[in-house]
Amino acid sequence: MSAIAADPPRRRAVGSLRRNRRWALVTSYVFLVLFAIFFLTPPYYQLVTATKSSAEISSQTTDPWLPSPSPTLENIDALWNKTDFPIYLRNTALVTLCVVVITMAIAVPAAFSLGRMKFWGSGILATGVFLTYLVPDSLLFLPLFKVVGNLGLLNSYWALVLVYPTLTVPFCTWIMIGYFQSVPKELDEAALIDGANHLQMLFKIFIPVALPGLIAATIFAFTVCWAAFVYPMAFIYSSDQQVLTAGTITTLVKGDVYQWGMIMTAALIAAAPPLVIYAFLMDYYIAGLTAGATKG
Amino acid sequence: MSETISRRSSAVKPAAPDAARTGNLYRLARRRSTTAFLFALPLLAVIGGLIVYPGLYAIYLSMLNKSQTKFIGLGNYAFLFSRDIFWQVVEQSCLFAITAVILKALIGIVTAHLVNNLPSKGQRKWRGMLLIPWVIPLSLSTLGWFWLLDPTYSAFNWLLAGIGGPHIPWLSEPVWARFCTILVNVWFGAPFFLIMYLAALKSVPEQLYEAAAIDGANAWQKLIHITLPMMRNIIAITVLFSLIVTFANYDIVRVLTSGGPRNTTHIFATWAFQLGIASGDIPLGASVSLFMFPILGISAVFILRGVRRRGREI
Amino acid sequence: MARVTLNKVVKKFDQTEAVRGIDLDIADREFVVLVGPSGCGKSTTLRMIAGLEETTAGEIMIGGEIVNDLPPKDRDIAMVFQNYALYPHMTVFENMSFGLRLKKFPKAEIRQRVERAARILDIIELLDRRPRQLSGGQRQRVAMGRAIVRNPKVFLFDEPLSNLDAKLRVQMRTEIKKVHQQVRTTTVYVTHDQVEAMTLADRVVVMNSGRIEQVGTPHELYHSPKTRFVAGFIGSPAMNFLSCRLIDAAGALAVQLGEGLTLPVPAERSAAYRPYAGRALVLGLRPEHITESRSYGTGAEFVLPVDVVEPMGMETMVYVSVDGTEVCARVSPEAALAPGERMRFMADMRHMHLIDPDSERVIEAPGAARVNGAAAVTAA
Repeated sequence: MSAIAADPPRRRAVGSLRRNRRWALVTSYVFLVLFAIFFLTPPYYQLVTATKSSAEISSQTTDPWLPSPSPTLENIDALWNKTDFPIYLRNTALVTLCVVVITMAIAVPAAFSLGRMKFWGSGILATGVFLTYLVPDSLLFLPLFKVVGNLGLLNSYWALVLVYPTLTVPFCTWIMIGYFQSVPKELDEAALIDGANHLQMLFKIFIPVALPGLIAATIFAFTVCWAAFVYPMAFIYSSDQQVLTAGTITTLVKGDVYQWGMIMTAALIAAAPPLVIYAFLMDYYIAGLTAGATKG
Repeated sequence: MSETISRRSSAVKPAAPDAARTGNLYRLARRRSTTAFLFALPLLAVIGGLIVYPGLYAIYLSMLNKSQTKFIGLGNYAFLFSRDIFWQVVEQSCLFAITAVILKALIGIVTAHLVNNLPSKGQRKWRGMLLIPWVIPLSLSTLGWFWLLDPTYSAFNWLLAGIGGPHIPWLSEPVWARFCTILVNVWFGAPFFLIMYLAALKSVPEQLYEAAAIDGANAWQKLIHITLPMMRNIIAITVLFSLIVTFANYDIVRVLTSGGPRNTTHIFATWAFQLGIASGDIPLGASVSLFMFPILGISAVFILRGVRRRGREI
Repeated sequence: MARVTLNKVVKKFDQTEAVRGIDLDIADREFVVLVGPSGCGKSTTLRMIAGLEETTAGEIMIGGEIVNDLPPKDRDIAMVFQNYALYPHMTVFENMSFGLRLKKFPKAEIRQRVERAARILDIIELLDRRPRQLSGGQRQRVAMGRAIVRNPKVFLFDEPLSNLDAKLRVQMRTEIKKVHQQVRTTTVYVTHDQVEAMTLADRVVVMNSGRIEQVGTPHELYHSPKTRFVAGFIGSPAMNFLSCRLIDAAGALAVQLGEGLTLPVPAERSAAYRPYAGRALVLGLRPEHITESRSYGTGAEFVLPVDVVEPMGMETMVYVSVDGTEVCARVSPEAALAPGERMRFMADMRHMHLIDPDSERVIEAPGAARVNGAAAVTAA
């Protein structure tokens, strides 16, 4: 069977592998662009609207999809000086800051305890933490309404500071348990031999080593607090105590007077902090996300 | 980090309390347990006081009368069962949640594959772009959609008018209104599925695909026989999580339609809010919101099972 | 049938050339091993034969057909991976039958083929288990079974034993050889372990930096290496290399080393080496050819202080210093002295190699291969 030189080598007629691969790539890009258009249209449109004055919008003379030929700053001006928007911003920032600090102060030691220090029931407790994350705010808000009322905190943003940890603590604990558990076991033992107690181990070893997890959890807590909507809607009705999300929806969108340019500006400014954090710390953001499953 | 789910739930094996020989050892073990317990105490306080207690309290509340003076047992539930609008809300909630989750999962799988096909440098950029809906606070982005669908100024209708199409009453007609709520939920939630599935795709070892290629599989067969089975657990976990969260969603319906037109878009969360806060009948609102609980419970059980199974598979 | 031919095959990753033009002709049913250090291009070459990498230039032919543009599934090959690449969600049976199921073979034939392969590999009881329930050796066997079942034209092995512990490796080596004897398929096997290469191969292809250094039977490579690289790569412990000068002492050639050592060149080599007289060269001598001095003097004796002694059981390795270079000698355990003591050694110059330091090539000498008349150490 080895008549070598005589037979010319047969070549099967088949498209080149390279060409097939390029086709697949082009198709991928086409569809991805379509999806990108779908996902980015609303924010884009909000941005475009924010450049327009109320007069321009209501006259409906210009293309709604393109920015105004004469972009205006009157929206920002109106928002800042003629509405309670700055108050909302201040309240939101205050509440978010407090809750993020409280959350991490609770979650980190708890995660260390449940994840690394073995004690009776720690496994069950960890699973329990995971499960409480599944209890939604739209179920808890009614009983909490009563609780907050009994505490006299109704219509105060301190009610939010009290209640927001239910949104953040379980999941942040969960994230941190995962990161703490991935710290190599030998570090504990080395630290014990070096004479560290548990608090020192936590602060000097685990937190620095699991820092990416800490950042991811902090970002998660921040985002959730900033975007929380059900609780402020339920607990707060005065404008001076309100936060950005509920404030924009309820007080800016007044019955018949639609100032859409201003409203969109408000929405964009309110959405800016999470977006900025996302832009700079995207990997931490996504790490926090994939460490479990969250909204969506 | 999906691996972390598995590691955590096949979690810390509790050590048997030390039946120590010497006094020193006994004290040490005890001290560690106490410290551990103290570290976890604030967490237990939050969970106990702000989640478990309100949960139980909600059950109790749901069994009171409107002015919360009398205990009426299952009276509220009986009342709900007799009302048409309740069953309408049930049907709408299920329609909303199930349709939205199916669509999100499909879009998630498709986009994850598309992004995975790109050269790795570009993947990060595209992933970043496609995740943006999830980053913006939901109530605010829904406001943007609301504006896009406004009866008078809708930019979509403007486009349709441009090509000679009809003017669609996006939010004032029940069919379209329901469509829009689902659309916004899919828009918001699909990126999450994208991220999860992209991570799952990347966790399948490249060599399995090479072995399949040598075994004679084409692209479609690789998808069916390798990719999907390997991702089965993640797909299940993600879908179940999303089911829970979508069922409990409040923001979208509240901002887009406030439950209208004529209660045709109300779901559990928004109707409970309306009954409980707006109309002031907290017990009735509580009974409505408690209907989410069985769904949450069943999904949670399946999620836990799936997470444990994935842990074992690796 | 299944000859494999590589014609001027080149592979470039971006700007780096991983494979720089190799020509190779593998006969039907032959067991060829590609061996070389990490990064020499052997795995890349194998993957090009498989179709997992595209060739930048050159042609690959399987069974007389040019396969460059064919995807792996159309090349009728089977591959055993280093990490087994078993489908974790399928049972052993399903793993092994996957390829056949894709091609819609009838169930009865699938079962028959799988069971036959399972019997050859002794895994017949494992058919219903999943990969995670198997040991490393068992997984490797399943991977081989998957390959056998397809009855391909060529088997490709990509360092299949690297993940196993030493003892298991030796065992599996024998298994692979047995399988090849039974199944007789053309095989291309990649490894970095020259012992595997020597014991398994009909022919060995030594690669270095993307090129083929030498192709030959294990016997040829051991006794007649063509380059310094091959000489130093094949054989364990490695060949000793000593700088020397070839001198002409009254008509007879001799090799002059440091420490006043001079070793005579055997007469049959004089003709080949004479043109190099007077030059600085490198002497290559394997440890097994430096032994303790035995009673007959051949002139190739020398005495040196012992540096390190490594008893290996059946033999002892003794290390001495020549001109600052460490030289390894294989002596019988009784003859070995203690470190520091001066010991009498004898070099079997019939197995000497001289290397031209400029070209790094071994100077060809006809006497070399014929010396050891022992039967070829090739795989059957």
